Amino acid sequence: MTAVTPAKDRYLESFARFEQATTGNGQEWLRPVRQAAIARFAELGFPTPRDEDWRFTSVAPIAQTSFKRAEPSRIALAPRDIEQFTVPGLKGVQLVFVNGRYAPALSSPGPLSDGATVSSLAQAFTDARTVLEQHLARYADYARDGFTALNTAFMEDGAFVHVPRGRVVETPVHLLYVSTATADPIVTHPRNLIVLEEDSQAVIIEDYVSLGAGVYFSNAITEAVVGQNGVLDHYLIERESHQAFNISTLRVEQGRSSNVASHTVLLGGALVRNNVHPVMAGEGGDCLINGLFMATGRQHMDNFMRVEHASPHCDSRQFYHGILDGQSHGVFSGRIIVHKDAQKTDAKQTNKNLLLSEEAQIDSKPQLEIYADDVKCTHGATIGQIDEDAIFYLRCRGIALEAARALLLFGFAGESLQRMKVEPIRRHLEGLVRHWLPQGKMLEEAR
Amino acid sequence: MLEIKNLYVRAGGHEILKGVNLRVNAGEVHSIMGPNGSGKSTLAQVLAGRETYEVTGGEVIYEGKNLLEMAPEERAREGVFMAFQYPVEIPGVGSAQFLKAALNAIRKARGLEELDAMEFLTLVKQRIKVLGMDEKLLHRSVNEGFSGGEKKRGEIFQMALLEPRLCIMDETDSGLDIDALKIVAKGVNGLRSPERAIIVVTHYQRLLDYIVPDYVHVLVDGRIVRSGGKELALELEEKGYARFEGGAGAAAPARR
Repeated sequence: MTAVTPAKDRYLESFARFEQATTGNGQEWLRPVRQAAIARFAELGFPTPRDEDWRFTSVAPIAQTSFKRAEPSRIALAPRDIEQFTVPGLKGVQLVFVNGRYAPALSSPGPLSDGATVSSLAQAFTDARTVLEQHLARYADYARDGFTALNTAFMEDGAFVHVPRGRVVETPVHLLYVSTATADPIVTHPRNLIVLEEDSQAVIIEDYVSLGAGVYFSNAITEAVVGQNGVLDHYLIERESHQAFNISTLRVEQGRSSNVASHTVLLGGALVRNNVHPVMAGEGGDCLINGLFMATGRQHMDNFMRVEHASPHCDSRQFYHGILDGQSHGVFSGRIIVHKDAQKTDAKQTNKNLLLSEEAQIDSKPQLEIYADDVKCTHGATIGQIDEDAIFYLRCRGIALEAARALLLFGFAGESLQRMKVEPIRRHLEGLVRHWLPQGKMLEEAR
Repeated sequence: MLEIKNLYVRAGGHEILKGVNLRVNAGEVHSIMGPNGSGKSTLAQVLAGRETYEVTGGEVIYEGKNLLEMAPEERAREGVFMAFQYPVEIPGVGSAQFLKAALNAIRKARGLEELDAMEFLTLVKQRIKVLGMDEKLLHRSVNEGFSGGEKKRGEIFQMALLEPRLCIMDETDSGLDIDALKIVAKGVNGLRSPERAIIVVTHYQRLLDYIVPDYVHVLVDGRIVRSGGKELALELEEKGYARFEGGAGAAAPARR
C-alpha cells in the first residue's frame, strides 16, 4: 500500500496546524484518538488499486489534488439559496451544513419528541460528551482505512442524533450538506453519530449537494448504533456536481432484533465511493441494503458493501441497481461475512446493471466469507442492455420507442425506489431520477 | 381490411414464410393452424412489426395502407393488436401506468381526449372483471410473477381495453387449462363485431370450439396449403397435419 507522498505530507502538516488551532476548545479528550488516527493515516496513506478493496477505483485524482481544510466560511447563505434542495412534503427536522460546518441560520433542529436530541456534532462535543465518549470512533475502524483515519483525525462537525429508549422521532431528520464553489479546492470531513437506544426509532436522510460547480472533496463518516429492537431508516442521496469527490462510509452497529434499512441513491459526483458496513452484533437483526446508482459522462461510482453477520438468526438483503451511460464506470462489491457463531444466517445479495452505451463499464464482485455451517447465502449479478423484447412489447401497445425506453429505465430504477417507505423522500427521488433520464420530460407528461 | 400478398419472410438465414396470401375482411374470424415450425407465429409477429424478421418479398395492405412500412407503435395506433404467445415480464413498470400510457397513446392517435387517472381507473375496473381477473394485478409490475393463465388473460384484457380493429392472437391457447380457455374465449367473443377482424393463430383445434371461426387456413412450411370453413379444423384434429407435410411445397390447395 504505497501512497503519493507529497499528498500525505500535506495532510500531516495540515493536522499539525489543526491541532494547534483546536487547542483549548474543550475537545482535549479527543486528542488521543485524533493522534492515533493521523498516525495510522501516515502509515496507510491513500489506497491504490493494488489494495483488494479498491481494485476498480483509483483515488489518484483525490490524492493528487491539493485540497485545503475548509475554514469557517465567510459566505453567508440565505434560506432562499438552498430552497432548491428542499424535499417537498418533508416537514421534519433539518440541519444544514455549509462546507462542513453547521449553519444554524439555515437549520430547524426541532421540535422533537421528549428527550430526543438532534444537534451539530460540534455542539455535542461539549453537550453530550458522555454519549460521544461511549460511541464516537468506536465502530468506524480507522486502523483499516486511510479515509476513515483522515476523517477521524480531522472531524469537527456533522450531525448528532440521540434517541432515548422507547422514543420515536416521528418526522424524518434531513441532513443537508451544501458545498459551495471556492477559490481553492477544499476538503471537509463530515462526521455523524446516530445513537438509537433500545426500542427507539428514527429516519435519517444524508443529502449531499453542490452550490456552483467547483472541485472539492467530502470525506464523510456516519456511525449508527441501533439498540435492541431499534428501527433505523437511513437514506443517502448523492446529487453533487460532476466535479465533486465524495467518499462516504455508513457503519452500523446493530443490536438484538434491531431493524435497519439503508437506502442509497447516487446521481452526482465525479468520483464517488459509498461504503455500507453493517455489523449485526445482536441476535435476530434484520438489515436491508437498497441502492441505486446512475452514472453518465465520466462519472465513477463505487459501491462497497461489507455485511457482517456476527450473531445467529440475522437476515440481510442487498439489492443494488446500476444504470451506466456515457463513459461512466460503476463498481459493486458485495462482501458478506458470516462469523463462526452466526448460525441460521439468511443473507441475500442481488446486483443488476444496465449499460446504456458501448463505453460504459461495470465491475460487479460478490464475495462470501462464511465461517458458520448452518447458513443460507445467495448472490447474483446481471449485466445487460435494455430488454429488446420488452421494448417491442410496449411499442406493440402504441407506446413510442423513446417513451418505451424511458418507461423501462424508470421501471428499472423504480424497483429500487419502491423499497423506500418514506413517501415524500421516495417521490422526491423519483423526480430526481426522472430528471436524470434523457427522456425524463416524456415521463413527466405521462404521469 | 387486411390483405397479405405473396409474403416472403426470412429470419436467421432461413426462409420461413414462402409466399403467404390471405385476405381478411372486417367482421370475420380467421384461424391459422399449422404444425410447430410452420411459420404461423412468424406471420403474427411480422404483422405486429417485429424487426428481427426480414421481409424479402410481397406486401401487406391494412386499411389501404402499407402495413410493413409502419413502426410497431404506429400499427398499434392504427388498430392492430397482437396478443403475445409469451407476454413479456417488465419489472418495475406498474401495470396501471403501462396500460394508461398505451391507452392514451392510442386515444390520442384516434383524435380522442386522453383519459385522466379517475376515468382510466373506472374503465379498467369495468373491463378487468369480464376477464375474471383480480384488480390487484393492476398494482403489480407488467406480467411480473403472473401465472401463465394470468398472462394470457392479461393479453385479452389489454385487447378489450385498447379496442383494436384487427386482433391477432398468437397461440393464446397454448398452456391454458379448460377454465382459462373458456374465459379467454368469452373475452374474445365479446369483442366480435362487424367492424373488427380477428385472426386466431393456434396449433390446436380446442380453442376453436369456443371461438368459432368463419375461415380456417392450414399453414405448412411457410405456405397456406389449404383454406376452408370451420369444419376444416375438426378434420385437422382428427387426421393431423401429417398429410400436408413433406409434399406441402408441391401444391396449394393441398392434394386429396
